[in-house]
Amino acid sequence: MTMIFGVPLAVFMGQLLLGLINGAFYALLSLGLAVIFGLLKIVNFAHGAMYMLGAFATLLGMRYLGINYWAALLLAPLFVGLFGMLLERFMLRRIAHLDHLYGLLLTFGLALIFEGSLVNFFGVSGARYPTPELLQGGFQTGFMFLPVYRAWVLLAALVVCLGTWFIIERTRLGAYLRAGTENPALMQAFGVNVPLLITLTYGFGVALAAFAGVLAAPLYPVSPTMGSNLLIVVFAVVVIGGMGSILGAILTGLGMGLIEGLTKVYYPEAANTVIFLVMILVLMIRPAGLFGKEA
Amino acid sequence: MATTQTLTPVMERQRRANMRRNAFYLALIAVGLLAPFVAYPVFLMKVLCFALFACAFNLLLGYAGLLSFGHAAFLATGGYVTGYLLSSYPGLTPELGILIGTGAAVLLGVAFGALAIRRQGIYFAMVTLALAQLMFFFYIQAPFTGGEDGLHGVPRGHLFGLISLRSNLAMYYFVFAVFLIGFAIVQRTVHSPFGQVLKAIRENEPRAVSLGYNVDAYKLLAFVISAGLAGLAGSTKTIVFQLASLTDAHWHMSGEVILMTLLGGVGTLFGPIVGAGLVVSLQHLLAQSPLGNWINVILGLIFVICVLSFRSGIVGEILKSYRKNFK
Repeated sequence: MTMIFGVPLAVFMGQLLLGLINGAFYALLSLGLAVIFGLLKIVNFAHGAMYMLGAFATLLGMRYLGINYWAALLLAPLFVGLFGMLLERFMLRRIAHLDHLYGLLLTFGLALIFEGSLVNFFGVSGARYPTPELLQGGFQTGFMFLPVYRAWVLLAALVVCLGTWFIIERTRLGAYLRAGTENPALMQAFGVNVPLLITLTYGFGVALAAFAGVLAAPLYPVSPTMGSNLLIVVFAVVVIGGMGSILGAILTGLGMGLIEGLTKVYYPEAANTVIFLVMILVLMIRPAGLFGKEA
Repeated sequence: MATTQTLTPVMERQRRANMRRNAFYLALIAVGLLAPFVAYPVFLMKVLCFALFACAFNLLLGYAGLLSFGHAAFLATGGYVTGYLLSSYPGLTPELGILIGTGAAVLLGVAFGALAIRRQGIYFAMVTLALAQLMFFFYIQAPFTGGEDGLHGVPRGHLFGLISLRSNLAMYYFVFAVFLIGFAIVQRTVHSPFGQVLKAIRENEPRAVSLGYNVDAYKLLAFVISAGLAGLAGSTKTIVFQLASLTDAHWHMSGEVILMTLLGGVGTLFGPIVGAGLVVSLQHLLAQSPLGNWINVILGLIFVICVLSFRSGIVGEILKSYRKNFK
């Protein structure tokens, strides 16, 4: 059997794939955070809760409304995105003129409310969501077994990430968004409806989180607390990559997932903490973050 | 002689203001001394520990403008170090245990502070949160913390080797003394020239830099003082409850201390004390009521209301209306 540094190839590749899948979630979530931060300048602490709501919308949609996985892939982000737009319109906008730390505190409070409410109804132990029929089973490649669903998650996340990059960097709407990031007052003077743009941006950012939640539903137990612990890791990923660049957020997310996977192979005790350690290293060597611009 | 005559009313007013303030402090100390005969001492001690914790946090947010989302790490570090030492070395007296626990929090504060002040604003908040989470995972795995179970039965011991702290009343007065020392440190820091520079940095950092202040050194020292006081609160709390657990290290705890400060009034000396008293009382009341499971939802709601329409907090609002009506 082929060995890589004393680890069987199949185990090595298996952990690498798991790491890459975690990385896909980091990428989707940090991308949403970066998009929201660009225009609103706030860190959305409710992002983990939105991811969790996406997973719950999928689970409950199937349980009570008979909505299947494929429809949920579209409907759950839409539903959570609309919900996010309401939050932006009626809460975040009211504090937009204040120090941006208040946005962090407000979204933290919202996250506590969403998480706490669902804990009361569903408890903390997670529910299982079945893998859709079309994506069951797996391929036997030469060196490892590749479950179809995991391959699908990776593919779907990459397509959505690159699609987001395309919209922001290559379309007219994206040009508005980038211009709004640079100078919202001037945009408004040119007749662009900036408040609407902000609402849509927040909705889009949380819809990305909800999409990640749908992808996660068949992989991990669906529980109210699934988002909060993930979010702290994503914050570290965001500090490592900086929020200035879309591609930077995607690459950092995937890269950190891989590093986590590798750590699981060679030193499993540090698997939980390796991303925080990388963050410390980056802060010492390049405080602005790998792709960051601010000093 | 003309100058004396113009100065006298000013000095007279100043002298009266000082007298009023001293009388106010004395009255509060008297209330603190009599409180255990009215209310349950263990509850009061809990309030005092969290009040000290919130004062430490407020020193950083209210006076230096730095939002730390990782203060649970310092509370837990003080608690675990003190708890471990007192359990393992029966000869150690509680005040030494607290000193060493506080020292450990100071050292951690130096390390985390040096890293965190390399980024500003929301990044600072995210860095402190991530570092605190690192400590959380460390305390789950470390051999001396008892993992998920925590450290139980930490002995209260004898203060200076002489006075037994077994009775809650003796323990209360010790905690009250610790709290007064911590509060005095915060009060002195805020009203010192050092505190003035901190406020200048909070208001306009580039300007403080251009005036020649070494901003990073000021921020770091503020961070370390705040971390040390948070550790002092954690160490004391461990001796009171004879328990150090992961609850103290969890990010929920970092959120709770923010809420206490925000509710009472950011950047006011007494706000964090009022906020801590309210939040601890609320948790105490809810724990015995059918709404007990909704505690996080209710804390979240208070958070949202505070941010949306009550940003000065209770003490802040009182000060505002006092200034409007009496000055």
